[in-house]
Amino acid sequence: MTIVALIKQVPLTSEVALDPKTGVIQRESGETKMNPYDLYALETALRISQTHGGKTIALTMGPPQAEAVVREAFAMGFDEGYLLTDRAFAGSDVLATSHALSQAIRTLGQVDLIITGKQTTDGDTGQVGAEVSEFLGIPCVAAVQQLLEISETSITATSDTGTTLMTVRVELPALIAVDKDIHQPRLPSYVRMKQTEKRQVRRITLADLPDTDRTHYGLEGSPTQVVKIFPPESNTDFALWTGVDIPGRLYEYLQKEKFLQELA
Amino acid sequence: MPDTPVTTNTGNLALRTLESHDIEHLRALVDDPKRIIVGNAIHEDYSHDELHTLVHAPEVLIEAVSTAEISAIMRYASAKGIAVTARGQGTGLVGGAVSLHGGIMLSLQKMNKFLELDVENMLLTVEPGVLLMEIAEYLAPTGLFYPPDPGEKSATIGGNISTNAGGMRAVKYGVTRDYVRSLEVVLASGEVVEVGGKVAKNSSGYSIKDLMIGSEGTLGIITKATLKLIGQPKVTVSLLIPFPDLGAAISAVPAILKVRQVPTAVEFMQREVIEAASEYLGRPFPDNSADAYLLVSCDGPTRRIVDESVDEIAQVALGHGAIDAFLADTPERQLSVWSTRGTFLEAIKASTSMIDECDVVVPRNEVASFITFSYELQAKHGLRLMSFGHAGDGNLHIYALRDDLDEATWTTRVEAVFAAMYDRAHAIGGKVSGEHGIGFAKMRYLASSEQEPTIRLMQAIKRAFDPQGILNPGKIV
Ligand SMILES: Cc1cc2nc3c(=O)[nH]c(=O)nc-3n(C[C@H](O)[C@H](O)[C@H](O)COP(=O)(O)OP(=O)(O)OC[C@H]3O[C@@H](n4cnc5c(N)ncnc54)[C@H](O)[C@@H]3O)c2cc1C
Ligand SMILES: Cc1cc2nc3c(=O)[nH]c(=O)nc-3n(C[C@H](O)[C@H](O)[C@H](O)COP(=O)(O)OP(=O)(O)OC[C@H]3O[C@@H](n4cnc5c(N)ncnc54)[C@H](O)[C@@H]3O)c2cc1C
Repeated sequence: MTIVALIKQVPLTSEVALDPKTGVIQRESGETKMNPYDLYALETALRISQTHGGKTIALTMGPPQAEAVVREAFAMGFDEGYLLTDRAFAGSDVLATSHALSQAIRTLGQVDLIITGKQTTDGDTGQVGAEVSEFLGIPCVAAVQQLLEISETSITATSDTGTTLMTVRVELPALIAVDKDIHQPRLPSYVRMKQTEKRQVRRITLADLPDTDRTHYGLEGSPTQVVKIFPPESNTDFALWTGVDIPGRLYEYLQKEKFLQELA
Repeated sequence: MPDTPVTTNTGNLALRTLESHDIEHLRALVDDPKRIIVGNAIHEDYSHDELHTLVHAPEVLIEAVSTAEISAIMRYASAKGIAVTARGQGTGLVGGAVSLHGGIMLSLQKMNKFLELDVENMLLTVEPGVLLMEIAEYLAPTGLFYPPDPGEKSATIGGNISTNAGGMRAVKYGVTRDYVRSLEVVLASGEVVEVGGKVAKNSSGYSIKDLMIGSEGTLGIITKATLKLIGQPKVTVSLLIPFPDLGAAISAVPAILKVRQVPTAVEFMQREVIEAASEYLGRPFPDNSADAYLLVSCDGPTRRIVDESVDEIAQVALGHGAIDAFLADTPERQLSVWSTRGTFLEAIKASTSMIDECDVVVPRNEVASFITFSYELQAKHGLRLMSFGHAGDGNLHIYALRDDLDEATWTTRVEAVFAAMYDRAHAIGGKVSGEHGIGFAKMRYLASSEQEPTIRLMQAIKRAFDPQGILNPGKIV
């Protein structure tokens, strides 16, 4: 079985400050890390390959320095790694990013399972997985909480849809987006890091993709228009109640504001 | 409440039980009646600390708010021979903050103001009730840093100073004592003194400040402290290093400590304690492949500098039989190992019916042999033990677990095992307590492990500060 994990490099601190006037992202330091949600994708891939055999491949799209997250995947035990990078990809929105990633996956030969994280800590849309699967024309299971069964031809997983737990079986090849805490991610190994120091992180550029039409990538290929970026409003209103029967009043208030539901 | 007067172990004066006129008088000294709580109205929490086995209620609890108030209370208590026990958050592990002889419990929790941040001299002045975690929060945006890092972050700084708390960064930065510049102290008589100063060095006579540090409420009440700060280290990376067994892990420690930049922490941990903690937290540990681990942390100004140490330490560890070295280099990864480490004590407690603790400190090269010795005792006496600790400073935390032993068997076995451990520690040049203090729980071990003249000096010091024996009677000596 060949498993591809999609990983992304994000700023070290998840609190990205926005300049409220200009809407420009203020990145305090250039320090980065692997998107923490992607650690669960890597761990899931490694566990499947340990029990079912096969090859693990890490793929990231980003600037040249994003190679670091692929090296980290090596230190966790990944076999191969690719960096999808090209000036033509700059300014990609979710659609263009997903198209580029799906194109890159097509260059990897037979792939049975693609695993993504739930979301990133910077872009935070949670849409890349689903869109990649759409471009590839394969099934997608999002919010995967648990893998129940894995065979050569299918995978059965529990997906948390927020209100319902859904057990789904899909034919392979498929894409799954795993939830946080599906497994405790292992730490990168120093020994592996040294062993893989010279291992190549292969570059994939526009020229290597089946679709080389520039207008499908980067700013040009991005139908999303960012009209305005602003920090969400925070509401710090509060009321201070004193006197008798506070619990009773609180109960009534919560009921009135529809925070409470009668138990059936 | 004791119905007959009891004498302190120093035996100078009979301590009195409070009478209604005493309570009246104390009420007059405290402006807010809510801050003075009497008899049964005192919450049960105030009759023990985290030792739990020593239970004794104070007769009156006063939540003090100022030095002047404490001074007035002490003046009254010394005039009338009433016991006074200072209390921070009651997280101590040796029964220190327990009113063994009733009397007044003086809670410092409400004296929790930050008084001054002197950026130029890198000093922070606080009231004693400020919590350790509040100091960390307060300093975070300033670029300054208070290094001592004991496990219990909800302890007060007054409690930390009074027990000379150690913690997780002692290898590189030292302990609480190394960061106390000056103290304001209310003496037993009610007089207020300022000891130490804003100065960086001081050779001016006996260091009263240093006697106060670690005195567990027996010499005076700390009402203000000026702490030394350093620049915040910008980057921290931890290494979780698996070894085939504890012996191999511990024997790598001396070499790890010789690297060019001293690590902040070198902790040892074993699989069974990790398992107990994972279960307690409901969260798996990132690695379960080995029987024993060292957890080493390095900090510094840049990732590159820290990585040099990480590299050096990993190489040294691998040269000493480590199976690998796992990197915890992001906040999430650090949390995944340190949250487990931070919960060991609670997890061990939750895994059995009762625990007793031995907090010995031994020369670093004796750690492995000491742990081995404790295993022999475990087998010999049929008493389950679990341990973890600060390998980098030779400070072990060994816990006896009662499980389903009956009271008599438990007591006999704990006593036999602990006596043997303290004897052994003494024989190899160790000390009874590395960081938790003596309080009530370790008094006899202190008495039997220090030389007679040393104990006499300690008693004389106690008498010099507190001739009537009213300050936290029944503790230390
Ligand atoms: C108009 C526009 C312009 C933009 N320009 C830029 C730009 O110039 N530079 C820039 O950095 N961002 C840019 N972005 C943001 C960028 O489009 C998103 O960050 C990217 O599409 C991923 O979306 P996300 O972060 O929400 O991922 P999510 O959908 O939240 O991520 C889900 C999962 O998908 C996978 N994944 C996500 N991104 C990648 C990736 N890059 N490589 C591999 N796997 C991945 C991971 O497994 C992740 O856990 C732009 C966005 C818009 C709308
Ligand atoms: C889970 C856990 C982990 C811990 N980890 C560590 C650790 O890593 N390292 C470590 O050193 N300790 C540790 N401890 C022990 C404990 O937290 C420390 O001893 C701490 O310093 C106690 O602070 P406190 O405010 O709770 O003091 P208390 O328990 O209230 O008092 C401790 C002693 O100090 C005296 N005292 C308190 N305040 C004053 C004052 N203002 N003036 C005079 N005397 C005073 C009391 O009379 C008592 O004798 C741990 C405890 C727990 C429960």
